[in-house]
Formats: sequence, C-alpha cells, structure tokens
Amino acid sequence: MARTPSATAEPLQLPPVAPVAGPSLAMRRLRAVLAEPKVTLGGGFILLLLAIAIVAPWIAPKNPLDQDLMLASLPPAGLAGAEPGYLLGTDTLGRDVLSRLIFGSRVALTVAFVAASLAALIGTTLGLLAGWYRGWVDIAVSRLVDVWMAFPPVLLSILLVAVLGAGIGSVILAIAIIDWTRFCRVVRAETMAQAESEYVTAARAIGFPRFHILVREILPNIAPALLALVSLEMGIAVIVEAILSFVGLSVSSGTPTWGGMIAEGRQFIHQSWWVLAAPLAALFATVLAFNQLGEGLRRALDPVLRR
Amino acid sequence: MTAPILRIQHLSAVSDLEGGAPILRRVNLELAPGEALGLVGESGAGKSTIAKALLGVLPRTVRLTEGEITFDGKNLRTLPPKALRQIFGDEIALIPQDPLTALNPGRRIELQLTDGLRMRRKLPWREARARALQLLAEVHINDPERVMRAYPHQLSGGMRQRVLIAAAFALEPKMIVADEPTTALDVTVQKQILRLIRGLQEAHGTAVIFVTHDLGVVAQICDRVTLLFSGAVIESGSTEEVLGTPKHPYTRALIAAGPRYDRPGAGLQPVPEAVIAQLRADVAATDGRPGA
Amino acid sequence: MIALAVLKRLAMALATLAGVAVVVFLLLRVVPGDPISMMISPGASEADIAALRAHYGLDGGLLTQFGIWAASALRGDFGVSISLHRDVVQVLGERLPATLELAIAALEFAVVLGGFVAVVGAMARRTALESVIDAVNGLFLAVPDFVWALALVLTFGVLLPVLPLTGRLDPSVSSGMITPFYWAESLLRLRFDVFADLTQHLTMPVLSLGLPLAAVIARVLKGALNEAMAQDYILLARLKGMSKLRLVLQEALRNAIGPTLALTGVQFTFLIGGTVIVERIFAYPGIGNMAIDAVINRDLPLIQGLVLVFAVIFIAINIAVDLLVVLFNPKLRHG
Repeated sequence: MARTPSATAEPLQLPPVAPVAGPSLAMRRLRAVLAEPKVTLGGGFILLLLAIAIVAPWIAPKNPLDQDLMLASLPPAGLAGAEPGYLLGTDTLGRDVLSRLIFGSRVALTVAFVAASLAALIGTTLGLLAGWYRGWVDIAVSRLVDVWMAFPPVLLSILLVAVLGAGIGSVILAIAIIDWTRFCRVVRAETMAQAESEYVTAARAIGFPRFHILVREILPNIAPALLALVSLEMGIAVIVEAILSFVGLSVSSGTPTWGGMIAEGRQFIHQSWWVLAAPLAALFATVLAFNQLGEGLRRALDPVLRR
Repeated sequence: MTAPILRIQHLSAVSDLEGGAPILRRVNLELAPGEALGLVGESGAGKSTIAKALLGVLPRTVRLTEGEITFDGKNLRTLPPKALRQIFGDEIALIPQDPLTALNPGRRIELQLTDGLRMRRKLPWREARARALQLLAEVHINDPERVMRAYPHQLSGGMRQRVLIAAAFALEPKMIVADEPTTALDVTVQKQILRLIRGLQEAHGTAVIFVTHDLGVVAQICDRVTLLFSGAVIESGSTEEVLGTPKHPYTRALIAAGPRYDRPGAGLQPVPEAVIAQLRADVAATDGRPGA
Repeated sequence: MIALAVLKRLAMALATLAGVAVVVFLLLRVVPGDPISMMISPGASEADIAALRAHYGLDGGLLTQFGIWAASALRGDFGVSISLHRDVVQVLGERLPATLELAIAALEFAVVLGGFVAVVGAMARRTALESVIDAVNGLFLAVPDFVWALALVLTFGVLLPVLPLTGRLDPSVSSGMITPFYWAESLLRLRFDVFADLTQHLTMPVLSLGLPLAAVIARVLKGALNEAMAQDYILLARLKGMSKLRLVLQEALRNAIGPTLALTGVQFTFLIGGTVIVERIFAYPGIGNMAIDAVINRDLPLIQGLVLVFAVIFIAINIAVDLLVVLFNPKLRHG
C-alpha cells in the first residue's frame, strides 16, 4: 500500500521546467546503456572479436591455408597425440584450427556489420515511408512484407545466393534482401504510434514540413529500438552466413569461414570432432553476445522498460 | 452488547518496502454480528491494509508487528494456516472494488458463482447451480439463466458487481469485507448497489466492513464508523455521533470537504493544511516515529 | 460478420500466394546456369533441345512461360523435376509427410516443454528459481536451431553416441508402412519397433527445432500468466480456497493462452523454415533437405513447387492461428 500523503497537505511541487545544467539526453542514454551488464558483457565480447579480426594476420599462430598432411587431424592440446603449437588441433588437411578460427571471424563480422546495416537501411526507409505516408505506400509495403514472410528464410537465402553467385557480396546482399522485413515491421508500427503523439501534432501545427518531421522528430525517437534490432540482426547474419558456408554457397573455399569449418567438421566428425566443436563454440558465443547486446540495449533505452 | 464477531486490538503493521515505515499504529476496532461498520480514510490511511489482513492476503512486503485480530473468538494471528484457509473466503468473504477485473474473463458466470459452493461446501453440480440461481434472484437479477451462461464481458459493470455480491453471500459468511464496492461504478448505479448490500446484510444477519473514502456511503448504510489517518484511528463511534457531532477537527474538516447531498453545487472544500499538519504531529507523537 | 472477415483473409492469402509465385518465378529466370544444357547428351540436335525445353516449360518469353506454369499449377500440375525426372507433385507428396511429422513433433515438444517451464516459472514468481529459469531461458532464446543441431550432433552423435546421426528410419528396420506418415502410422498399427526407431531418428532434429520455440513459448506464456495472476479474480479465486497450481492452471492459463498463441503461430512458421537446414544436417528425407538439392541442381520446376508448398503452409498456419485466437477469447467469440 502506498503511503502517499494527501495532495492537499503537501506544498505544491512543480516539476522542473527545463533540465538545469544536467547531462544531455545522449549522455544520460549512454550512461544507462553502460550500466546494463548485458551490454557490457555482450558488447565487450564483440569488441574483443573485432580486435581479433583486425589483427588476425599478426596473432594467428599459423597461416590458415597452409596444409600439411603429415600433421592432419591433430587433436587439441591436452589430448593424446596433440602437437605443441596447434592449440586447437588441425583439420583433415593439416590446417591449424585456431588460425582458421581467427581468420574466420573476419568474414563473420564483415557479414554481420554490413548485412545488418544494409537490412536496417532498407527496412527502416520502407517502414518510415509506410508508417508516415500511409495510404497506398503502406498497402504496397505491407503486401510486400506479407509475400516476403511467406518464404522460408533459409531457402530464400540459398536461392538468392544461387542467383547472385557465390561470394561474400552475394551473402551480404541476400541477408539484406531477406531480413529487411524485420526492421520494416517494427519501424512502421513505431512510426504510426509516434505520428499520433503530441509532439508530432505540435510540430505539424507549427508548420514544419512533413519530411522534416519524419527525419528530425520521429527517426530519433525510433533510433533506440532500431539499435537493439540491428544488434540482434547481426547475430542472425552471422548464423545465416554460417549456414550458407555450411551448404557450400558462401565465399570461395580458400577463405576460412566458421560455416565452412563446420561443414568440414560435420563431414569428418568421427575422425576429428574438434574441427566442428571449435567454430561451433565461436558461433555460439558470438550469437549469444550479439543477442545479449541487443537485449541490453533494448532494456536500457526503452523508456517503458527502464525506470 | 453481544460478543463482537470481530475485535482488533493494538494492531500495528510496517512496510518492508519503505524501510519499516509504519502502516498501522495500534489500531483498535470492534464489530458486532450483523453490524455494518464504515472504515473511512484517505488513500494510505491503512484501511485496505486492515481489509487485506482480515482476508489473509497481505502483500509480502507488509508485516504485522503487534496486536491481535480476534474473529468469532479465534485469534487469526496465531491460528495455523490450515485453519486460516477455512476462515478466509468462507467465514469472511470479500466484495471487491473493481467488478471489471474481479471476474475471470475466460470463465462463465455459472462456474465462477458455483466455485465456492462446489469446493467449500462440496455441493453437487445441480444443487450448486440451483443455489446460484437463487442468489442471482436475491441480488435482483431478472434473467438469472442468461447471466449464468454469460461471460463477464457480456454484463454491465453494475450487473457484474451484483454477481460478485451474490458470490460473497453464497457461503453465508459471518462477515463480509466490502472494499470500496461502488467506486468503480456509475453514480446512478452506486446507490442501488449500496442499498442491495445493506438489504442482504440485514436479511442474512451478516456483519459488513465497508472500506471507503466516502463519508456519503457511510451516512447511507453504516451503523458505526471508524476514521483512520496515517494508520491511526482518529475517531470511532456510531454514525450519527461521528457525523452529527464530530469531535476531532479532521473529522469536521472531512465532513465539510465532502460533497453535500443537501446542498448540491456547494463544491469541495479541501481539508485545511493546518489540520493535517497538527494531525501528522499528533500521530507521529503516539509512536515516537517521524511522521509520514 | 465473421464470415466476411474470413473471406477477406482468404482473399489476402491468395494474393500473397500469387505474389510468392511471381517472385520465385522471376528469381529463377535470372539464375545463371541453364539447366537444359546441363542435362543434354553431346549428340543432341537443336530440335531435341527445343523439345526438352518445351517439356520442362522453359521455351517462349518470360510472360508466356509464367502463363503456362501458372495455368498448370492451378490445375495441380507443377511440372516434372529436372534432376529427379519425376512429377513434382508426386515427389512432394512423398517428402512432405516426413517434414510435417518432424515439424509437428517439434511443435508438440515445444508446447509441452515451454508450457511446463512457464507454469513452473509463474508459480515460482519472485523466487531464486524464477531467476534461474529466466537466465536459462534467455540462453535458449538466443541460440538458433542451426547451432543446436550441430551441438547435438557433437554431443549425442559423437561424444556420447546414443542416437542415430542421420536419416528417418534405419534401413535394417523393415517398415512396411502404407502411408508416408510413418510415425503416426506405426503408432496406430502398434508397430513399436518401427515407432521406436523413428523416434530415435527424430529426437535430435526435434530438439534442434523445438528448443528455441519452447523458449519463446515459455517467455511469452510466463509473462501472460504473471499478468493474469495479478488480477483481482485470482484474489477472489484464492479466497475460494484454490491451490496455487489450480489458480495458475484453471484461472490464469485460459486468459494467458490467447496472447501466447498469436506469437507461437509466427514462431511456428520460423520453425518450419528452420527444417530446411536442420533436415540437411541430419540428412532427414523431407522437403527442406530436398529444397537445398533442388537449388544446387537448378531444378526450376521442383524449386517452384517447394517454395509454393512452404508458402501455403505458412499462410495456413497464420490463418489457423487467427481462428484459434478468436476461439480462445470469449470476447471475440461472442461478439
């Protein structure tokens, strides 16, 4: 039971009209974000992975492409038959698993960042337009989303890469073409909700141009939700890239990728299980990190969930 | 005076949420069988805490620290949980505040009205149903068969409250706690509902505690009234006494503040701040703690 | 009123299907690699090639091709598979039941597990157990079917080899099943040897697909249950002497199912989309596994048929869910 004293008894307390020399909204948001353990843990892991990907050539113990059949299928350190210098063992062609894992992070993160940004760009644009202008724009976009949602995403991505030809560019494009709907649906609904709000009515009453209101007033309010979605989408992109590599449609077999390693590992699972286990663990951790980062961002930036 | 059905002595409670802030301060209360008592106070005065304690549904964050609740000769604070379950909901029933959320939207009225009869009284379906129909007639529902088949959303707010009243009287409890039973209702329906409760109460000889912030409700249907402020009893007595010749300045101020049925349009007068301040000091002084 | 809404919904579904057909048709016409040139023998004449093209509906302009394909598709004729040299509808008829059995088994598993976790979580509200449930659930929510499938392969296929790694039924088990719904049929005919073998093969694919869905159901249902449990009618029911378990199951659950159903429907379509890669990993003979081969082989008629089958399933699920939501909400059911 709340012990609120009678309103008549208290001297009237007015809320401060303007934030008096307090931290800016951006600063406060940043603080809220950094106070969320999911953000620091997930984001920290992603930053670490990013650093590894950038300095891969200098920290990888071996050349990831060097084959040595004399050293094929070596188990990871600590198991019987392990060779020093091959911490995570070697695959069936004698390539160093750890080095391939390190180099594989480059493809994974490239795809994650570029594909998610591209999907967000397409989806946000269409979602904003549909939610703001409504009418036939909304109908057209919504129908398109319906059609898109009727495709099994994995099959569509395989189909698209088959159409576009294998390669990292095709993978990125395929992911963006498939997953823009995730952004579009959320942004459209959010835009419609924001368009009803007081501040938009006020901005329109003042006579701001419609496009100006859309970009300068509505978009910043949707941005936090969008940021969380982008993070989640990066995790999805990493998985889709791995799936495409697994099926043999991603980048050329020369470039080490986690999905490619997983496919090889799956094939020779009874000889050398670690070839599957290592990239799978990396995939697991990366997806979890992106997911936690996204969840944390959502929690920290959502004004309703916060408090 | 006959032996009271309910006697509350020196009952105190604190809130663990607010660092042990007192919620009830040595409250004394008495209720004779068949009597209607108005428990009046502003929000936060402690009236719902008492109501919840009487039904055994206090939130975990609220702790009773001293005092006794004696119901029908049994001390509710020392009774084992099993015996308490026999009392709460059976011998003491509840008429809830908001009829919109107090009926399960997914179950027909028939089920909800016969739950207690079937589970507590072990009545077979047919008998429970017959009793339920009888109860619906008692609360002046014209087409009980239709109401029995209905889902809550198919009934108006007033109808739902009638159903809930019927449910409260279903087990012939010795006491009913009515928690602001009319605040959520239309003004035109309020009076009917109050008269209904009063009529049933007299017919069944049930004691009723009306939890309310509205002295108008008390004036209409209560025999006696207890006025709470900040967890302490300010004034207690028969309705005529308290409303006719109020002793405490807060009571006088409250009577002046309420809407006057005899002088419509007179408007609401806030309780003077001086009265509130004095009251705070008085209440705080009684238990040596800083006031609210 | 309701009939009109249903009709409108069906019309929208047909429009979506038509959209899917157009998109996939256009997409496939720009696929590099001519499937006909891959299959002709060296000595074939121009006339032979032209005849072959006509046979697979690949001659004429884009519009003509689509017209021919759409007209036959409406008649239930999806053409002949280029890689399998068999009627597409017939092939789908053989493979689809395997996928349906897998998807439905995964759904059942997810509903039972997710529902159980949600009820336990709602009963353990504000205890240490609830935090543990939430944390574990978050993990299962984050990790997709592809990763679960491979982790299971590693765990129960290799490190602790107790489950068969691939296939639907061990060749040494003579099934003698008449329908393609082996799992259901073996149970009905009390062929428990067949049923046990099928179940063993299903276990890992079902877990891979079902665990993420179970996590979604657990989270949504638990949230809805907690919301319902805070309502006054629960308080009154408690006063009627109901146990906590009964409060959750009898009073809260019926009001929590509606919101959960709506989300489960969407997630179930994701699950079916996931069968594509999970069937691949476990070499399970369903339409998902076949779809990947069809793409690799540029088997245009088969791909078209497969995509449409998936689209029909997705749309049917969405419509079914809408109906179920109405069914579970008395407010919508009785006007």
